[in-house]
Amino acid sequence: MTSTERVLAIRDLSVNFGGLKALSKVNIDLHQGEVLGLIGPNGAGKTTVFNALSGLVTPASGSLELYGRKVKWPKPYQLVTNGIARTLQGVGLFPDLTVLENVMMGAHHLAKAGLTQSFLGLVEKDEGHLRELAQTALERVYVGSLAERRADTLAYPDTKRVAIARALVSQPKILLLDEPAGGLGPQDIEWFNGLVRNIKSHTSVIIVEHHMDVVMSICDRISVLNFGELIASGTKDEVRNNPDVIAAYLGSHKAGAK
Amino acid sequence: MRQLIGTLLIGLTLGSIYSLMALALVLVWRSTRVVNFAQAGQAIVTTYIAYEIVTRTGVFWLAVLFAVVAGALLGAGVEYFLMRTLFRHVDEGPVAALAPVIATLGLLGVIKSLVGMIWGNDFRSFYPPVSTDNFVLFGETIPFSRFNILVILSTTVVMIIFSFIFQRTDLGLSLRAAAFQPEIARLAGIRVGPIRTIGWVFAGVAGAIAGVLITPNDVLSPASLDVLLVFGFVAAVIGGLESLPGAVLGGVVLGIGVSFVLNYVGTTLIFPTVFVVLLLALIFKPNGLLGSKKVRSA
Repeated sequence: MTSTERVLAIRDLSVNFGGLKALSKVNIDLHQGEVLGLIGPNGAGKTTVFNALSGLVTPASGSLELYGRKVKWPKPYQLVTNGIARTLQGVGLFPDLTVLENVMMGAHHLAKAGLTQSFLGLVEKDEGHLRELAQTALERVYVGSLAERRADTLAYPDTKRVAIARALVSQPKILLLDEPAGGLGPQDIEWFNGLVRNIKSHTSVIIVEHHMDVVMSICDRISVLNFGELIASGTKDEVRNNPDVIAAYLGSHKAGAK
Repeated sequence: MRQLIGTLLIGLTLGSIYSLMALALVLVWRSTRVVNFAQAGQAIVTTYIAYEIVTRTGVFWLAVLFAVVAGALLGAGVEYFLMRTLFRHVDEGPVAALAPVIATLGLLGVIKSLVGMIWGNDFRSFYPPVSTDNFVLFGETIPFSRFNILVILSTTVVMIIFSFIFQRTDLGLSLRAAAFQPEIARLAGIRVGPIRTIGWVFAGVAGAIAGVLITPNDVLSPASLDVLLVFGFVAAVIGGLESLPGAVLGGVVLGIGVSFVLNYVGTTLIFPTVFVVLLLALIFKPNGLLGSKKVRSA
């Protein structure tokens, strides 16, 4: 069940890459306690929506509302201060840093000590607090024992868990997950589904995922993009039976007709 | 035995100063992935500023303070006005990707020319705050002075401060993260631009201290820090270019090596030796003395 309070509203979002329309007047709503699936064929524009929300691309037009307030499209460094965390398709860990340090980066905005405080010795407490938060986040995703390993020595499924820990440690109100199940085995996927169900009461989630079992298992609503346009939005059953969606996935309206 | 101890002590002093320049190069490398050849130019400007202060006031430590502030401002200025402009184009091709490094070479030439125009090409010098007279121990003169102790202590303190910042502060973590994955660092809430500037500021400070500390035992001219740049760069490579303790270790190893060649072979073989050491380091320890895929660098 989801509450009705809207935490995010994207209106008429358009993004152009040169002459190519990557997104055209896309509308997306996310409510408190909701898991929204954002699906579509390759190149549909799903990750571009995340990139616009993250400030990695500049929208040609459109507006953004967060927690009931209209806001400017954020710069990348403003993402976490807006209460949003994101994981990336390519995992995106810092290879040179330890696992713990990678997760501490996610809590960076919670640190208060600057250079002056560092010299005054006030930093130890602050840094210790970040370490505690990061360790707790790692234990939450069952990789606490890997804290001191370098990130580039981890097995792939573990890197996914660390990336999720880094997102969760920022205590986000909204979590953007970009293909989190890609490359995971059935056990890891089952664990991941459980995690999302657990966190959604306090963290609303938008998930971009090709793994349809995951989408159908954990999403409350689904929005479907095709060639940069929103072609359907609704409950799982509504979307599953939408002829445009079937056509987008199978290649023709005829094929999609029930 | 006396010669051996003397050689080691001279090597330690030389190595300390190479270490500071190596630290400066590593700090810039770690924050922006640029080898800053202009570091010697920045340091020569700050050393001339120190020279002006010390000759006008006679207060060495005031000169150090001015040099450090000037080094910080110069570092910030180079990063803000030159590097940021060039970094906007680094994705436009292989030459554009190399442009920041090439630009530091160009900047070195420009700075040295300007310094020559302002201060001339005459050799100058200034006195240190403590004696450069060698100690006499049991009737024997040891080639080691109070000033040498000051040089080694200063390097140690600077290294400890920077290592502390890099390893134990959120700022240090941000500096390390921003260098490797700027986009992901931004998504974690880091303002990568200012963080990179801070890396250049730290490097400017380290370079300024190196310039001020080497000059009392040497002379000052527009080209007088060129050798320091080369030796500092070799020391940084020996240390792995990533690691602050590695830079210090590389500097000390190189300093002692240079001192041995100087005392037991002759001055003509110093440069060949340094470059052979560089080549050997690249061939056999390309990740540096402390560098390894499995070991975290400081």
